[in-house]
Amino acid sequence: MKLAYWMYAGPAHIGTLRVASSFKNVHAIMHAPLGDDYFNVMRSMLERERNYTPVTTSVVDRNVLARGSQEKVVDNIIRKDNEEAPDLIVLTPTCTSSILQEDLENFVERAQIDAKGDVMLADVNHYRVNELQAADSTLQQIVKYYIEKAKKKGELPEGKTEKPSVNIIGVSTLGFHNQHDCTELKRLMADLGIEINEVIPESASVHNLKNLPRAWFNLTPYRELGIMTAKYLESEFGTPYIDITPMGVVETARCIRKIQQVVNAQGANVDYEEFIDNQTLHVSQAAWFSRSIDCQNLTGKKVVVFGDNTHAAALTKILAREMGVHVVWAGTYCKYDAEWFREQVSEYCDEVLITEDNGEIGDAIARVEPAAIFGTQMERHVGKRLNIPCGVIAAPIHIQNFPIGYKPFMGYEGTNQIADLVYNSFTLGMEDHLLEIFGGHDTKEVITKSISADSDLNWTKEAKAELNKVPGFVRGKVKRNTEKFARERGFEQISLEVMYAAKEAVGA
Amino acid sequence: MTNTVTPEALTFECETGNYHTFCPISCVSWLYQKIEDSFFLVIGTKTCGYFLQNAMGVMIFAEPRYAMAELEEGDISAKLNDYDELKRLCLQIKRDRNPSVIVWIGTCTTEIIKMDLEGLAPKLESEIGIPIVVARANGLDYAFTQGEDTVLAAMAARCPKQVLEAEKEERAGIQKLLSFGRKKEEVAAEESEYVEHPPLVLFGSLPDPVVTQLTLELKKQGIKVSGWLPAKRYTELPVIEEGYYVSGLNPFLSRTATTLMRRRKCKLIGAPFPIGPDGSRAWIEKICSVFGIEPKGLAEREKQIWDNLEDYIQLIRGKSVFFMGDNLLEISLARFLIRCGMTCSEIGIPYMDKRYQKAELEMLEKTCQEMGATLPKIIEKPDNYNQIQRIYELKPDLVITGMAHANPLEARGINTKWSVEFTFAQIHGFTNARDILELVTRPLRRNHALKDLGWDKLVKEEANV
Ligand code: SF4
Repeated sequence: MKLAYWMYAGPAHIGTLRVASSFKNVHAIMHAPLGDDYFNVMRSMLERERNYTPVTTSVVDRNVLARGSQEKVVDNIIRKDNEEAPDLIVLTPTCTSSILQEDLENFVERAQIDAKGDVMLADVNHYRVNELQAADSTLQQIVKYYIEKAKKKGELPEGKTEKPSVNIIGVSTLGFHNQHDCTELKRLMADLGIEINEVIPESASVHNLKNLPRAWFNLTPYRELGIMTAKYLESEFGTPYIDITPMGVVETARCIRKIQQVVNAQGANVDYEEFIDNQTLHVSQAAWFSRSIDCQNLTGKKVVVFGDNTHAAALTKILAREMGVHVVWAGTYCKYDAEWFREQVSEYCDEVLITEDNGEIGDAIARVEPAAIFGTQMERHVGKRLNIPCGVIAAPIHIQNFPIGYKPFMGYEGTNQIADLVYNSFTLGMEDHLLEIFGGHDTKEVITKSISADSDLNWTKEAKAELNKVPGFVRGKVKRNTEKFARERGFEQISLEVMYAAKEAVGA
Repeated sequence: MTNTVTPEALTFECETGNYHTFCPISCVSWLYQKIEDSFFLVIGTKTCGYFLQNAMGVMIFAEPRYAMAELEEGDISAKLNDYDELKRLCLQIKRDRNPSVIVWIGTCTTEIIKMDLEGLAPKLESEIGIPIVVARANGLDYAFTQGEDTVLAAMAARCPKQVLEAEKEERAGIQKLLSFGRKKEEVAAEESEYVEHPPLVLFGSLPDPVVTQLTLELKKQGIKVSGWLPAKRYTELPVIEEGYYVSGLNPFLSRTATTLMRRRKCKLIGAPFPIGPDGSRAWIEKICSVFGIEPKGLAEREKQIWDNLEDYIQLIRGKSVFFMGDNLLEISLARFLIRCGMTCSEIGIPYMDKRYQKAELEMLEKTCQEMGATLPKIIEKPDNYNQIQRIYELKPDLVITGMAHANPLEARGINTKWSVEFTFAQIHGFTNARDILELVTRPLRRNHALKDLGWDKLVKEEANV
């Protein structure tokens, strides 16, 4: 048993659901107790999804415990198959199914007999993997399933596309700025004259998965999701993959040079150097920003970085290499992939922190007293408590991290966004600091402004205490309305009763 | 009214139970705030933790007095000893937070692996010297607000039986503190404001301002509230002796009611719940009638509240509402909204205790008859998929639903109100009737403001294959 207040990566089934519901016309059925479909709320709220999240539950309740869930699971799969005719139904085990040890594989086989669509069991174990690992393996499982299916049917297309083309692998729902990154990557590929063969899993159709081998290469921009699929495609078809995250000016250039090398090796003849130069000097503002006076002022400032592997590593490099900021420590919660992280960031920070314990991270921040933090929502709140500004760079995230405006982290526009994020975090911090030194703009409390000095009304102790329970931002209004009410009715004293009467009468 | 609707009885149906609701462990989020000296330990998995973390949103950052005891593979395979593990964690909690009670929340996993929490708690309690209350608020057996019911039922067993002499002093001390600054005669005078009646204890966790409001409301009738379950602090749990009267504030507290009746030998006052001015009046009247008190000024009070609601009622009168069902407040809310002039064809509800909600159901029936409205169908354990098909057919003016369906329905031009807000808003008593309508009318007011834009349906027509 472990005492836990906060977790960075969710349970395994969340990863499976993220991948399954990213695809078009794929339905996931969770084998879970009532109440475990919270994923639907998150997707509907955070992504502001207009469509119903294609996830339902085959409910595990007392009856199931007594008799097993075989009939129920099979019925639910077939029912969903009839109702919505999905291409694929993914039966998703949860922590509960992990201990019930029912033969879900067998239920899937039974359901497949009657279902028109495909049915599969996500091969994830709650106690062995987390959300990110499960997402990675579910994607690979689905891809492999459809490649093998096509092979069996002899439907696997031969050869590569005519022009250089790419599969972008790993864009998914509830991923940090994934939608924007995807648009930016597509734009980048277009600029490079590379066709997009497939993007998976976001908005992809499972019917198109058999076309994956036609791409000249695979791009896996996120370390956490897609590498297993890319490796599978490499071993199966020899398709090379590029796992350099194009985040930051230097890494984007490195990624593009690698693309150049990979496509030229297959007979293309491209030279991207001029493109890189032009983008770096004129399109992205980040290189110029590094040179500007603003950025000079950031030199040597102390920061800490924490997040998932992809974003924490990229940000660490950007801060240290491209902005001259001093990264005291960089950390990740991807413990299962810690070696990779160390390798990536070691030369760019003083210390590497690998942990999932938010207490440890909080302490490490307090110890260092950085000028800014780049982390998840949790670090943002640590920052609030310590009065240190924080830029959010990785999940777990809140609704404000799903902006409507275009905010990629990748590619050349991404470098601009990151420059803003970094710069704003610092200036906010400095402004605060200056305000403090000079005593601030306005030290008067708002509520005192609304009371006329010669108020003849007198609040009883209880009423005053009650008033103080009203949230600060409406307290002034409640107070004014209550006093107005009391004056109109000729009350001299405002007691609890008067207060409630005012609320009833005028909604004070 | 000229159209005579032949009132049939309410109909009850039961569907598949495939609906969306919150896991009952969510009660932790409001109960730890209500019971200030408590610590809630949820003994479960990452799944439970993930849910709580996300459902509680920003609260999680305010150092909540709650934590997960996250079960690992060793706990499941019984390689580790449950008692030792729990002891280690509880000692850590004692050291860091020093609470007056630790509430263990049992989850699906502890049920399935049959971890004997009820057996372990008394042993550990005496070893570490902190009361441990066990509530099995899991998703296998319960929905959302029923979580509170399991916790309060367990707490009911902990309410002191009789005040010990020493403690009487202490409790009086609290009383003294409350009446601080007032003269002795005033306190005595206050006592005389009450009518002689057997002790009354109210149950249900409500925000402190609502507790004050309802207490004052009863005081106007000369009724004294001897205590609340739960109180602000675990150490202030009310005395409950045999023969005391109890009354529930919320429709989802049937286990607590049963426990109070069977194990504490209390008498339950079965009344409609004080939600809406109609419900509030009926609730007070019922308590008065049990105590043989002639209620004073209630009719005027109710009327005055209705008058003040008129601007909101105008917006919903004649409109239809559909409850998908997820928090058990549905019957009372529907009853109030029908009284406001709405029609309601379907009330979804996770679980329907016809005995505990008897008075409320009768009032719903009566309200429908008086308003000339058709009686709604009550659908227990609804099936969300079927409900959505019915919603498409009926095209109700307002659907009260969970967050999973709210945005998709809005995108299809259907007004929705997020049901969970009713559990967190202040909705009880005369004073808060306006807040309920504030919530109910918000989508209508908002969509009214946008109505000329022609942006009702924001999804592309799905090709029918
Ligand atoms: S339904 Fe069960 S497993 Fe899921 S969060 Fe609730 S208690 Fe935990």
